[in-house]
Amino acid sequence: MDLFHNLAIGFSTAAQPANLLYAFLGCLLGTLIGVLPGLGPLATIAMLLPITYALQPDSALIMLAGIYYGAQYGGSTTAIVVNLPGESSSVVTTIDGYQMAKQGRAGVALSTAAIGSFFAGCVATLALAALAGPLTATALLFGPKEFFALMILGLILASVLSSGPFIEGIGMVVVGMLLSLVGTDLSTGTQRFAFGIPQLFDGLDFVPLAMGIFGFAEIVKNLEQDDKLSLVTQKIANLFPTREDFRRMIPAMLRGTTLGTLLGVLPGGGAVLSSFASYTLEKKLSKHPEQFGKGAIEGVAGPESANNAGAQTSFIPLLTLGVPSNVVMALMVGAMNIHNIQPGPEVMTKNPTLFWGLIASMWVGNLMLLILNLPLVGLWVKLLTIPYRYLFPAIMVFCSIGVYSINGGTFEVYEAAVFCVFGYVLIKLQLPAAPLLLGLVLGPAIEENFRRAMVLSRGDVSVFLTSPLSATLLAAAGIAVILIMLPTIRSRREEALQE
Amino acid sequence: MTRPTIRDQRAFASGALFLAFAIFFFVTALNYPAGTAARMGPGYFPRLLAIALAAIGLAVMLGAVRRTAQRQASQSWDINGLAWVTGSVVLFACLLFPLGLVGALFVLIVVSSRASPEFTWTGALANAAVLIALCLLVFVYGLGLKLPVWPALLD
Repeated sequence: MDLFHNLAIGFSTAAQPANLLYAFLGCLLGTLIGVLPGLGPLATIAMLLPITYALQPDSALIMLAGIYYGAQYGGSTTAIVVNLPGESSSVVTTIDGYQMAKQGRAGVALSTAAIGSFFAGCVATLALAALAGPLTATALLFGPKEFFALMILGLILASVLSSGPFIEGIGMVVVGMLLSLVGTDLSTGTQRFAFGIPQLFDGLDFVPLAMGIFGFAEIVKNLEQDDKLSLVTQKIANLFPTREDFRRMIPAMLRGTTLGTLLGVLPGGGAVLSSFASYTLEKKLSKHPEQFGKGAIEGVAGPESANNAGAQTSFIPLLTLGVPSNVVMALMVGAMNIHNIQPGPEVMTKNPTLFWGLIASMWVGNLMLLILNLPLVGLWVKLLTIPYRYLFPAIMVFCSIGVYSINGGTFEVYEAAVFCVFGYVLIKLQLPAAPLLLGLVLGPAIEENFRRAMVLSRGDVSVFLTSPLSATLLAAAGIAVILIMLPTIRSRREEALQE
Repeated sequence: MTRPTIRDQRAFASGALFLAFAIFFFVTALNYPAGTAARMGPGYFPRLLAIALAAIGLAVMLGAVRRTAQRQASQSWDINGLAWVTGSVVLFACLLFPLGLVGALFVLIVVSSRASPEFTWTGALANAAVLIALCLLVFVYGLGLKLPVWPALLD
């Protein structure tokens, strides 16, 4: 069978000693940095990107995927032990996880998160492998107008799911697309918005922008809110859930995994949406909803499974359609470009070992994280006792060297400094940065497909609505906009997305 | 006639930011030929986007002065923290080639440490020593990144 044949190719790539080592290094470093409060997967990947420059493309991507999962695991550890979400997808874990920790059940909460994530990871790997073929086949039927419509849908959904008013999210998408225009126009060779600066002829780099906004500006914000960490001081003993715990967490894990696998595939979806949806579902289905918020194990098992499944299946739109569904995936596009890989349907056909190797390595990485995290959890928690005043200069050092090493020049470092100021303005205005980054990454492809579609139709805009596939995608985007404008849904969304 | 008051200052400022971006990009895009819808020049798509952003910016600003808008003051700014953090990054970039990695990192760490309300000289210096050693080990000797380690004068 195809699925098993493909997985076999994947595992033979992922199991090469060098790749195992890089997967392990990625998981280790990702966890290390992900545990630190205020550093989520995005900043972690951006910081560690330079380490992967020298590697072979498949090893580099395997390591980056490891960093991604590691950072996510690390985020849940911080959520449970200090009540601080390391990243937005572990916000809900803080609710019941920290309560469990206060009752002396931190070990059980941590192992529940780890087991749930591992189980979800296994299922999502299979889903990814099974869906990749059919979706790639579909993508090959896409022409310029369909791709244009698909990307519009993705951007609309990403704005719907970001915090803050929807219209401001769309505004940020457009700002990102405008920034993406900087550089050489591919069809005419004209320099646009470059103002004669040669370093801008290739366009704005994604990494300095992400580091400026999610690294440096975030530090300024963290320094402002001078809140002390409320570390759970008891020793973390007893990692093993009781039989009663298992009875309660297994159904939650199954539901969370299913939900996460499905929601992760949506453009704009992924880990955040999955964990929120799972928490709401568990609370609705529970016979004891009053226990939620007071240390209900379902409130950890469900969302943690869901966010891991969602994180993993969010690779599907990237790998098959070339459309990143969230900001971390957008950064993966940047990483792939550095290695001269164009994400999209061609990856699977042109580069099967890389494609299936990456998928198989996700399973391997999940297994490593399980081993890495449970016995070593005490070590990770120790990291949290480092005061922030020593930590943030270290983050700045790693980010600065990382930005410098993109091209071995200081221009990118200045760029990051400019985006630090810009990112701080965004934080103060409460404008979401995620849609901006997606706009920046998808902008060039949207313009190119738009122009090509218009050339083919001789300037007739109605072509987007007369082709059934693109009309369907645009209609879905339209429905999403109308739904978000409805008052009842608007208030429920605000409730769900507030942190 | 009473002047409309800005109820939601945060949203109003956001809308104004969008509008400013839109105007900047639109005016700059006027330098590039627009072409026609069937054969777009380099200026066509930027103008389209800038017009869309201007409309969004105006809508956000209008929403902020509407009578139904929730009152929201703009937040206070920590200019000091921002200046220390941004300044240290700029200094790092300026000093990397003349001073080398060791000197530039020293400046970066000490200057950025000033952004913390709990700054102490001994803490910052100790932190600098540890981090510089770590960076040399990892980036220069471990990963072999091409970085000037010592000041240019000594080479």
